Amino acid sequence: MSYVAIADRDHEQEHHDPQTFITKYVYSQDHKVIALQYGGTAILVGLIALGLSAMMRLQLGFPDEFSFINPENYYQFITMHGMIMVIYLLTALFLGGFGNYLIPLMIGSRDMVFPFLNMLSYWVYLLSVIILIISFFVPGGSTGAGWTLYPPQAIMQGTPGIDMGIILMLVSLAVFIVAFTMGGLNYVTTVLQARCKGMTLMRMPLSVWGIFIATILGLLAFPALLVSAIMMIFDKTLLTSFFMPAISSMGTDPGYTGGSPILFQHLFWFFGHPEVYIVALPAFGIVSDLLSTHARKNIFGYRMMVWAIIAIGGLSFVVWAHHMYVSGMNPYFGFFFATTTLIIAVPTAIKVYNWVLTLWEGNIHLRTPMLFSIGFIFTFIHGGLTGLFLGNVTIDLPLSDTYFVVAHFHMVMGVSPILVVFGAIYHWWPKITGKMYNETLGKWHFWMTFLGTYAIYLPMHYLGFAGVPRRYFAMGNTEFLPDSAQDLNAAITISALFVAATQLLFFINMIWSLTRGPKSDPNPWDATTLEWQTPDHPPKHGNWGHELPEVHRWAYDYSVPGYEDDFIPQNVPSDVAPAGRDHGGEH
Amino acid sequence: MSEAVLENGAEAPGKQGLVDDWSRDKQVFGLPWGKAMMWIFLLSDTFIFSCFLVGYMMVRISTTDPWPNPSEVFALDAFGYPVPLLLIALMTFILITSSGTMALAVNMGYRKNRKATFWLMVATAVLGASFVGMQAFEWSKLISEGVRPWGNPFGAAQFGSSFFMITGFHGLHVSAGVIYLLVIAFRVRNGFYERRGGNYEIVEVTGLYWHFVDLVWVFIFAFFYLW
Repeated sequence: MSYVAIADRDHEQEHHDPQTFITKYVYSQDHKVIALQYGGTAILVGLIALGLSAMMRLQLGFPDEFSFINPENYYQFITMHGMIMVIYLLTALFLGGFGNYLIPLMIGSRDMVFPFLNMLSYWVYLLSVIILIISFFVPGGSTGAGWTLYPPQAIMQGTPGIDMGIILMLVSLAVFIVAFTMGGLNYVTTVLQARCKGMTLMRMPLSVWGIFIATILGLLAFPALLVSAIMMIFDKTLLTSFFMPAISSMGTDPGYTGGSPILFQHLFWFFGHPEVYIVALPAFGIVSDLLSTHARKNIFGYRMMVWAIIAIGGLSFVVWAHHMYVSGMNPYFGFFFATTTLIIAVPTAIKVYNWVLTLWEGNIHLRTPMLFSIGFIFTFIHGGLTGLFLGNVTIDLPLSDTYFVVAHFHMVMGVSPILVVFGAIYHWWPKITGKMYNETLGKWHFWMTFLGTYAIYLPMHYLGFAGVPRRYFAMGNTEFLPDSAQDLNAAITISALFVAATQLLFFINMIWSLTRGPKSDPNPWDATTLEWQTPDHPPKHGNWGHELPEVHRWAYDYSVPGYEDDFIPQNVPSDVAPAGRDHGGEH
Repeated sequence: MSEAVLENGAEAPGKQGLVDDWSRDKQVFGLPWGKAMMWIFLLSDTFIFSCFLVGYMMVRISTTDPWPNPSEVFALDAFGYPVPLLLIALMTFILITSSGTMALAVNMGYRKNRKATFWLMVATAVLGASFVGMQAFEWSKLISEGVRPWGNPFGAAQFGSSFFMITGFHGLHVSAGVIYLLVIAFRVRNGFYERRGGNYEIVEVTGLYWHFVDLVWVFIFAFFYLW
């Protein structure tokens, strides 16, 4: 291994070697500690959202059985479940958690470029979570407007939580955006400006690429949510009429004149659609690295994978109105947005083919992270294909607001990213903690989660085709629905509770590993990327000891012919080991 | 190849230069981290103001009530005649001037003339503060004439809503900029950056933010007062 002096870099990177427990683990500026804080908070708040979904399923599967779930609660559960899962769990976990942990380690940097700002980002995120939690306990409860918060109903009589609930929700979102911006600026600048010697952009692992492009999407998409949140707070508190048309509420005139509810939908989905890819792109990147590592084979079509990520990121900004087909629009616009939506399928399909071709003739090790990665390919293909249905205006119109849509987006941006989250946690757990997890428990966790989620979401497609509307508290005596629809609903509920309970296995595994798990090797998966080559295991503050690593090859030199090991770490010089396929640097 | 370009300091022109920049190791842009981050932040902030302005245009187009005539609403009585946009013209002039003093401050910073840099930054901050002061005057005048976020006597209610929201958000940016300028200015004066190797890039980073706020005002001026 060869290292290069870091004298030219260190003057810019501020070093604060932590002294006390407080500065080391609480107000830490170390990206690894911040990552764990982000990840831990996100998972905790995600468990709340999981509990909420269990309550919803209880009502849907067994209506009238549970007196503590009334229609108001039900709408609050739906809303908070969606909002927490999409923003406070997935966005925060992928970017704040994995982004923070992986970016500096994978690109050979000592930390983020501005560690103090990075720390601030976490504490502001925590504040937004606290505001969100408080909104459960204010008079009237949290908002029940649905996670899309469409006006006018979000702030009109009849919707739960229109007093403080909706205001706290919007404030919490605005605070979250501030937190994200501080973190996101750090991630982008770090990737662009603080890579180690030899680490060109085209040698970066795909995890970093996915997180990098997702962060750029976030920095450009969250502004639309911030603006719509500010406008709606004003509509609610100052009686402005940005989104509120002249409308009568319960026979009285609340005083609104001539605003445009459709404006909110445009602003919301200009954020909302890139948000799907803010969650998906890091998952794409991470799963590429997991598949390649555990199949002992270079990722198929690395350059294509990078350009596909960039193309998806760009296209995601010109498809937002496909969420609004039923709101009504000029047919030419419908044509435009349907076309762009279907075009996104091209780079996405390229990625799926490349994942499958990476597995082809690989030396596949079916360890827990690999199982979760392969599971992701399945759920993502299923969710992606139903996306093609819904992207077409004529097919979307009858299917919109049915369980088909629920099944689609849960498959594509619920189950798929969560499978990657689990795979990634199992994969990097030894690096983070220095301990191994229990492989058997991990495999049980995978199979029960994977099959269980199919038992939940496959039947939902049928329910959607049968015409079961989403967001309904109860179906009542709907004549066009067969009685068996309710049986299916009960089965879905049982599966959902089963899957929720299964997640206990994960936590048991982690606690077992922390308390009595065996010590892990510094590089248990024989991976090539830099985070496995740190001098300390687990990496210490500053990551690299005295000298920064120097990179000589791309991240995917697996099974290179003529070399003793079946992997060549990125920092092995090319005169020691043959270059496999070297990307970047040479034209 | 790209590394060779780096070592002799010369950069290839045109498309090849762009390719070389992006395929370099270590860093894409030959900028300090703070400056790169400020550029990225400004890009994000651009999207915020774009969303505000697009939202404003949309409500202005879609409202059914007539839009108040800006030349009349924003007129100021001078010498017994109502002069349209008098105050706004003055405010715009002041803000543009402050960009000039800021540019001079950046120049003086690179010449390591701490005293001139300090006073030019203070001048910029004073011009910015007077802009905010005149905006407060404009707000109070409109409020006294009955303009409120939820309605006004001149026409569509969205006029007041958009006006207070957008100019308020911009005014917050200017106020934050004034504080930012003063902090940096006093650090320049008391030798904070001298102790850190005499690097005055930070003045330019501050300047980037200030010019951006200025540029945003030009768009608000055009879309709100001239339309």
